[in-house]
Formats: sequence, C-alpha cells, structure tokens
Amino acid sequence: MEKYCSIFLDETRCTGCTNCIKRCPTEAIRVREGKAKIFPELCINCSECVRICPNRAPVPQADSKEILSNYRYKIALPDPAIFAQFKTKYTPHQILAAIAAVGFDGVYEVARAADEVSVAIREFIADHKGEGPWISSSCPAVVHLIQLRFPTLTEQILPILSPVEIAARRAKEEAALQANIPRQEIGCFYLTPCPAQVAAIRSPYFLEKSNVDGALAISSLYSELRVKLAKLEKQEESPVKATSLGLAWGRIGGQTKAVQADNFLTLDGVFNLLELLEEIELDRFNNNVDFLECQNCQGGCVGGIFTAENPFVARVTLRRMTNKLPAKFEPGHEEKIRQYYREGFYNAEKKVEPYCIMSLDQDISKAIYMVEQSEKILKHLPGLDCGACGSPTCRTLAEDIVRGLASETDCMFILREKVQSLAEQMLSLALKVPPVTVVQRQIMKTQQEVLELAKRIPPPLARREPKKED
Amino acid sequence: MKNGTNPEADRDQKICLSFNVEGGNFLAAGEASIRLKHTLQHIGYPASLIRRVAVAAYEAEMNIIIHADSGVLKAEVTPEAVTIWAEDKGPGIEDIGLAMQEGYSTAPNYIREMGFGAGMGLPNIKRCADIFEIETHVGVGTKIRIVIFNKQKTN
Repeated sequence: MEKYCSIFLDETRCTGCTNCIKRCPTEAIRVREGKAKIFPELCINCSECVRICPNRAPVPQADSKEILSNYRYKIALPDPAIFAQFKTKYTPHQILAAIAAVGFDGVYEVARAADEVSVAIREFIADHKGEGPWISSSCPAVVHLIQLRFPTLTEQILPILSPVEIAARRAKEEAALQANIPRQEIGCFYLTPCPAQVAAIRSPYFLEKSNVDGALAISSLYSELRVKLAKLEKQEESPVKATSLGLAWGRIGGQTKAVQADNFLTLDGVFNLLELLEEIELDRFNNNVDFLECQNCQGGCVGGIFTAENPFVARVTLRRMTNKLPAKFEPGHEEKIRQYYREGFYNAEKKVEPYCIMSLDQDISKAIYMVEQSEKILKHLPGLDCGACGSPTCRTLAEDIVRGLASETDCMFILREKVQSLAEQMLSLALKVPPVTVVQRQIMKTQQEVLELAKRIPPPLARREPKKED
Repeated sequence: MKNGTNPEADRDQKICLSFNVEGGNFLAAGEASIRLKHTLQHIGYPASLIRRVAVAAYEAEMNIIIHADSGVLKAEVTPEAVTIWAEDKGPGIEDIGLAMQEGYSTAPNYIREMGFGAGMGLPNIKRCADIFEIETHVGVGTKIRIVIFNKQKTN
C-alpha cells in the first residue's frame, strides 16, 4: 500500500533556508531549486519540520469539516488530549457536550476504547512474557520510525489495534444498534492531535482498511468548541464513560499506568526515541523491560501539533481532570474485555513490515559498490554539515550523489575549489606570453592580484587542510 | 529513488570499514557498531542479519572499551558475509573456557554498576556468529574474528 505523507510543503512560504533539513530525524527533506522537498517515503509525519520552520511552510494535513456531509449519521471520536485544551473550570462532561454541539450526532470517546486496549495489552504481555520489550503501537510516527530506521525491531511492535480503531468499531456497533442506521451511512471522525494519525487512517499499518472515515484536527475545531463551551448551560453535559486511566492515554506515562506493566520504560520526543531504539537494537534492554511506551511528541499526545494548549500545561490539566474520574471499570466489564481479547477482537490483521527504502540498491553487490563510492566521496567533503548543498549532512550528500540525486559541485566548498583550480589554470595560460610580444609590467601585477584572490580561503575553512587524493 | 550507475556491477563487491575504539571511553560506546549497522542498512541486508552483526559488533566493541587500553574494530562486507575483527591491546583473557561461560565476568564493580560487564559479552557474540575465533595472549591483547553469513544470498 502507498505510504501516505500528511505533511504538505507550501512552496510559496518556503524560503529555502535549511532549518527543516537539519531537524528532520529521518533525513527526509532536501532543498532543491531554493525550495524544500519532502520525500514522502521517508517521512514519518513526526511534525518536527512544522515546529522548526520559521515561515510555516510545512503544513500538516487533516480532513476538512466538509467530509461530514458524506454521511447521514456522524460520530466524533475525540482523542483524550482534547480534554486538556480548555480551562480547568470546564468538566470533561461539558467538553463532550460541546463536541456533540459542533455538528455530530454522537460522540464516542477514544478514551473508552483506550480502556479496552489497555486490558488487551496487559493480557498480551502476560501471554508473551520474556519475549519483550514490547513497543507501544498507538503512536503511528513511532511505528513508521521503526519500520524505516529499526527494521529488526518491527517484530517487537505490539500487534494490538490502536484505541481509535477500536473506538470506531464500537461506535458503529452502538449506533447501528441504538439508532437503527445502516452501517455504511455512519461516519466516524477522529478529532486528532497530530497529522501522523491522519496518515495512519489513510494507510493503516495493522489493517487493510481503517474503520475511521476521516480525521479532523483538534485545532481546526478549537475556536468553535470554545464558543460552544462558553454558551453551554451549566446543567448541559454528556457523562464521560471512560475511566481516568483511559483518559490518561493523552499524556506520556498514561498508557503505562493503564496497562499496569511491571517493568516498563516511558519515552517521549522523537530524538530520544532514536537514541533509545538504537540501543534496544543492540540488545541492551531485552532482559529488563516488558513494555516500552513510546510517544513521538514531547509530553505524549498533548504535545501533538494539532493541539492548542501548551503541552506542559495540558499535561497538568489532564492529570487534574483524570483525578476526578473513577479509575475502575464497572463490575464484570474487564472480564468481558478479556473475552474479546481471547477472541482476537483487538488483534492486528497484518504484520508491520520493515521498509527497505534505506538501501541504495536492490542488488547487494551494486549497493556495496555504491556505499564504497559514497565513503570515497565523503572523504572529499568538508565535514561541516552546513546544509548549504540542500542535504542535511555531508554523509547524506555523499549518498545523494551516488543515488544520482545530487552532484559533487552542490557542495559550495568543492565548487570553490574547482573554481580556484580553474582560475589558476586560466591564469597560467594567460601568463604564457607569445615570444614575439613584450611583457608589460602592469598586466603582470593585475594577474598576480587575481591569483592571490583565488587562493584566499573562506573563514570557515581557514584551518582546513587541503584534502589529499587517495 | 534513482540509482547511480555502476560499470562493475557484475564483479562481486566488498568494502572494508575500520574504527578505532578507545579503552574506557563509555561516552563513545556503540558508535562504531551503530555506524556499521547503518552501512549495512544502506546496503539492504535482511533485518535478521543486521541485528546479529550489530549485536556481535556491539559486544566486541564494549569488550574493548571495558577491558582494553585501545583497539580496532574492522569489518569486511561482501554480499555473502560480514566479517568482523576486534583486536585490542589489553590484559588478554586468562581462561577462555571461563570467559565463554554465561555470567562469568572479570569486569570491575564500577563497570557493573554502569550496567555493563554482565558476563554475557563473549557468549552473546558466539550466539550471533556463524564462525567465531578468539586468540588471546595474557598481557598483550585479544583478537576476535566473527563471520556472519548472508543466508538469503542465493547466487
């Protein structure tokens, strides 16, 4: 299936500065012809480029509200992070009522499904004791990062569907039963904190087709929700059915708390992930950790790019809110979930496969040759990782050159060296005076000045030794 | 992505990589193995092979950092196999039989407190390797040779 990239680059805003290419954790961006280009097959939708760009050129994509009109019965699936976006004077029950008032016929909390998924994960880990560490799979950016950069860890991704998928299934079941509406006329819309979830709905990694029919950015509904909340009558509320543990999924550590894992590790921020996954791939944690809660965004989903509130404030808001809700299921509910788990209700339908996009060529001999070439090229590059060539590092430029995507003279230092040697050649030719001509001193002096200028080294390279040919 | 041209595509290729490893420098721990791993990813070996090479190389690299004064990690990469040499100047191993036992370690306490030196290094390397050779001289140093075959390479 085609991998969907939910970050669109607005070229009219891009100035060709190199902030994003240097920041991208998967080196998925290059600057070409003065504009940044995202390679969709390398993009994990982590939103780092959106965060760093001074011109707001990378635009995270989600569905517009117009898609709601395609369905007769519309259900909102609000992410737990949404509850942390408003002032603490509003209760979660009021926020749910406001969401319904924005234009939905029903609301099914993703947190309710998170409650179920937590039990399923707990059971799964107990069934596969000692085979860990199991890596949480609800953050799509994490899954894509592993597929791309840590192919050997794909087998350790928890093969349990994410809460939003379960929420959509449950919501459709419930609506079909209660409101007596045919399933194809029910639309489920995720109110998402990030574009990675949008991509995961359009090209799901555990399913052939997602149960979710669209994803709206929380930020796109934010002002409307605020207005609705302010206008809400005091008694107007729709009771939250999730437990505090389901709601806690919106922040880092919440999932671990809900799963009640014994040996766990929580980790947020894509650069921290890169570092830790690298170590896991070298077998350093296998004996100690059963469950790894990995979140691409700092603070968990409250740190998503589609949220409005500061992630640190949002974490506190969410914690306070969840403290007021019950932490336990109704009697018998957990046993029912276990039954569903045993029937395979939460199981992934397909395996997460590694992407082979990193390799330089399908043919191993050829790829080895290309790696060898790129190592040779790398030795000639200045090693400053300045990004002026449009590739994030000298190493990536070397790889781009062997892939045929760039040329050596894209490096301004190499270009300068070439110009210098050319100037020297021209000068030495110019100095060759035909025997029949008398040499004029003035001309000699100008030529000498040109030569001096050509030899001058730019400041960043002042202490750089000229590279020797191998 | 487009590929560069290779006039010698038919000839079997190999590359040699070499990394200096500094004894006692835990800040640099894993750097050589991670570099090697990324190179193998770019070549496109199967994930299982990359994992075995990465783990074996990492353990060998750590052995140099923990026990030796200095050393070199070298790798020769061909379509059929990856060969790693880890050679160090260091104390050598007094009893190889003991060192090959799981859980046996001569690492000092401060290193164990850092989470290293669990006595799994050599046994782990052996588990990952298709060929494992060790040569050691007390007071001089240790040489390890590890070969891991690419079983998916058919021709």
